[in-house]
Amino acid sequence: MSDIQNLTIVDIIEGYKKKTFSVSEIVDSYLERIEKLNPKLNAFITVDSENAKRKALEFDNREITNPLHGVPFGIKDMFLTKGVRTTAASNVLRDYIPAYNATVIDRLETAGAISLGKLNHDAWAHGSSGENSDFGNTLNPWNTEFVPGGSSSGSSASVAASLIPFATGTDTGGSIRLPASFTNTVGLKPTYGLVSRYGVISMASSLDSIGHFSKTVVDSARILNITAGADGYDATLRQAQGEQEDYTVKIGNDIKGLKIGVPKEYVDKGLSSDVKAVFESSLKSLQKLGAEIVDISLPHTDEGIAVYYIVQPSEVSSNLARYDGIRFGNDRSFFGKEAKRRIMLGTFTLSSGYYDAYYKKAMQVRTLIKQDFDEAYKKVDVIVSPVSPTPPWKFGEKMNDPLAMYLSDALTVTINLAGVPGLAVPAGFSPNKLPIGIQFVGPHFSESLLFQVGHAFEQETKFYKDLPKI
Amino acid sequence: MNNTNTQYETVVGMEIHVELSTTTKMFCRCPVPTLTDKPNTRTCPVCLGLPGALPFPNTKAIDSCIQIGLALNCTVNKDSFFERKNYFYPDLAKGFQTSQFLHPFGEKGYLDIKLNGATKRIGITRVHMEEDTGKLSHATVDGKEVSLIDFNRSGVPLVEIVTEPDIRSGEEAKIFLTELQKIIRYLGVSDAAMEKGHMRLEPNISLRPVGQKTLAKYKVEVKNINSFVYVDKAIQFEEKRHKELLDKGKVPVQETRGWNEFKSKTVSQRSKEEAHDYRYFPEPDIPPISVTSEQLSVIRKSIPELPEAKAKRFVTEFGLSEYNAEILTREANLAKYFEEAVAVAKEHNIDGKTVANWIINKKPNIEELLPASLVKIIVEQSTVERFDETKLEETIKQILEKNPTQVADYKAGKIQLLGFFIGQTKQALPNAKDTEQIRNLISKMLE
Amino acid sequence: MKIDVGKVAKLANLTLSPEEEKEFDKQLSDIVGYIEKLNTVDTANVEPTAQVTGLKNRTRNDNFTDDTLSVEDALSGTTKTHNGLFVVEKLVDTTS
Repeated sequence: MSDIQNLTIVDIIEGYKKKTFSVSEIVDSYLERIEKLNPKLNAFITVDSENAKRKALEFDNREITNPLHGVPFGIKDMFLTKGVRTTAASNVLRDYIPAYNATVIDRLETAGAISLGKLNHDAWAHGSSGENSDFGNTLNPWNTEFVPGGSSSGSSASVAASLIPFATGTDTGGSIRLPASFTNTVGLKPTYGLVSRYGVISMASSLDSIGHFSKTVVDSARILNITAGADGYDATLRQAQGEQEDYTVKIGNDIKGLKIGVPKEYVDKGLSSDVKAVFESSLKSLQKLGAEIVDISLPHTDEGIAVYYIVQPSEVSSNLARYDGIRFGNDRSFFGKEAKRRIMLGTFTLSSGYYDAYYKKAMQVRTLIKQDFDEAYKKVDVIVSPVSPTPPWKFGEKMNDPLAMYLSDALTVTINLAGVPGLAVPAGFSPNKLPIGIQFVGPHFSESLLFQVGHAFEQETKFYKDLPKI
Repeated sequence: MNNTNTQYETVVGMEIHVELSTTTKMFCRCPVPTLTDKPNTRTCPVCLGLPGALPFPNTKAIDSCIQIGLALNCTVNKDSFFERKNYFYPDLAKGFQTSQFLHPFGEKGYLDIKLNGATKRIGITRVHMEEDTGKLSHATVDGKEVSLIDFNRSGVPLVEIVTEPDIRSGEEAKIFLTELQKIIRYLGVSDAAMEKGHMRLEPNISLRPVGQKTLAKYKVEVKNINSFVYVDKAIQFEEKRHKELLDKGKVPVQETRGWNEFKSKTVSQRSKEEAHDYRYFPEPDIPPISVTSEQLSVIRKSIPELPEAKAKRFVTEFGLSEYNAEILTREANLAKYFEEAVAVAKEHNIDGKTVANWIINKKPNIEELLPASLVKIIVEQSTVERFDETKLEETIKQILEKNPTQVADYKAGKIQLLGFFIGQTKQALPNAKDTEQIRNLISKMLE
Repeated sequence: MKIDVGKVAKLANLTLSPEEEKEFDKQLSDIVGYIEKLNTVDTANVEPTAQVTGLKNRTRNDNFTDDTLSVEDALSGTTKTHNGLFVVEKLVDTTS
């Protein structure tokens, strides 16, 4: 098979229908590409070619009845896959083989998707660059000296490098949107409470959002159609809404008259000139499409990192307590430094004498942050902002200063604290051809609207057609 | 300061864990295990604490907890939530227990008990919902001493009941626990069988000088008690032990001790001495529970008449003595049986008192004898006068002497001849109408 | 804000090397210093948000579904098992 680099889910299904290629041919092509490029990029921790080829053969002879029939995909190694090694990119689970599947994986596979393997990321999803993996760094396909972003480093890099057409991810403080923005891919962080977390290793329970990477916005919506909805096992999910919503319905509608808010706190300070340039150009494109750009304020933006780095490590410290090496995995001495740091920080902020000053206070400020968004959505339909204050940085640049690393989450964490959905889309490049994305942020459960805006912007700017030269 | 003249008052607060008899566990759909299950055959990702697993609370368990709270006269918190109690122990799969701390389902209740003819009120501090841990056992494997863990029990719903330190003796504790067990069984939320571990008891004991209103500056928690009798014994043991120390001017160490039933003493568990910092915080994986007035009203209505109220009603409605009413209300099914029998007996102009006396004195097998059948017997018996026993004996003696062949045949196995003798007796004494009396006497004389 | 790193490590069931203790001592103090900026935010009468969804009463019927793992699956994560039970070092405070 010649060029699979441009293939989207839509293309692949169409190709199967037209019998342009078979499932086995597609799966083999992707596996070949992985074999060729993964040794350098290190996007995959486990490649599951045997199972993939076997499934592909089954699908070759099957009618195309399922929405993701024979579409290959990759799974961030935080998602449990029954019978297939799941590591959380940590030495604690280096050889762990789960006895059950995450809900999302069950749903995607029932829809016909074929997993090609487990993707690298910052261990336990702790990180913004991909440099915290116990399985080595994943490289940015656009320039291998630069980070692909984290924590979903492998997911973003593999879709960018066309090793797979889509990949699952998790976003607790920006872990899908940041790497998407650094790799010219589409990354969706759904509303908290839309997609089941059952079977996904918990990082911070009140913040974890289960999402995915794709090349286009349409693809992203089609995936959400499969993953969204209550499953009876995750009690934080919104109850079943009757018929399953079709998240593609608004795609193709124009955005004339749509009110798009730009929070001044996000653009007033700290943006690099490259990011500023791309963002301003994006606003112009949106205006060209007929949208109205409105200045808004999210007054408690500045407190976001502080709140996040109290709430998140507190929940992390509790969620990682089960890793004691008794029922599975290795003992706690196998935790990497970042995991230990966050466990320590969280244990401290929850401890006796400090709970009120830190955790309780943070939960109160979290209410104010959420209210900021509620207020904003009275004035605008959707919010747009950069995802990162800077373009991708070089490996090692921020590793000696954890606090500096944490501050790179400044534009993403408030979205997780409020629980609202965010869609990161390609928006351009820095002068040295490093991707810079933007994010559309909507009210709770407004994913269809985000896809509408995202698609319009994508088709106007066409950055998704750019491919890294690897 | 050596002072053996100080009079001390025993101060006991009880902590009771009740295992609910729901079908499934607290946060997962695993069946609640039985004692014969093989180890680790009743687990799933949730109760095994596997990566990625999430809790989903059991409605019936929560309703049961609220019922217990209402039955103990608690205020039910309209807004409640679960919290994580964080600590490390091998039988705690997640490294935290999902429990309640700040907003338990029930608070500030009471239970009245009968003590020496008077009523005493024992305060109930709180009633809350939590989950059980796995079970530890110990063995030597390949020459090495190890501990073994079975997670079947992990995640079973537990209701924790904490009393105010209002109990003043082992005897009082026993009475309180008996009453509590009765109520729980009446509610049908747990079998509350001590021998099956459905009810776990931990007294917190201290002594203070009589007259002192404040609590002592220490308290001792005693674990591993599996019967009400042992609670009494353990409290008595501690009373002696504390008094000895206090008389010497020493303060008993604040600690957890284990009851050793074979040696009838408590033993220090020094290694558990450190105070835990549980770092409670609201459980983010479980949204809060909000009980509306309507829901509370439904739950309240589903509570059956409880023993105290039922006993009172038996006294006023049927004229029973308090003592008899208490006996008949010890178990819900006995009370039910009694009332059914009374309803039938009414048609025969037999009053409740008579039925009560019958049941209490003759102890019929209520599993096998229907209430209506019992009443039938009562009716028969009450219309029959018992004949003069001496005269009867004389007459029967004569009949037996007159019929030696039948006597021999009867003794050889023809027991149906009993009927013949009864008939003969009745012929001879037309006024002897109590067939049972005659039968019993004849049988005795034929032995 | 000075953190007692040794005490916190014990609570967290982590064993730190002396280098790690030293490193964390500074890093954690820096981070905690940063997060103390929240002290300046007025939160009088603000309810804490523990559950951003606003959901309540997500409970399920007491019905059995066969989610139970086979004992092999339950034990599959480790080799430290004996007769269907998980094995750990002998625990000190047994009451027998």
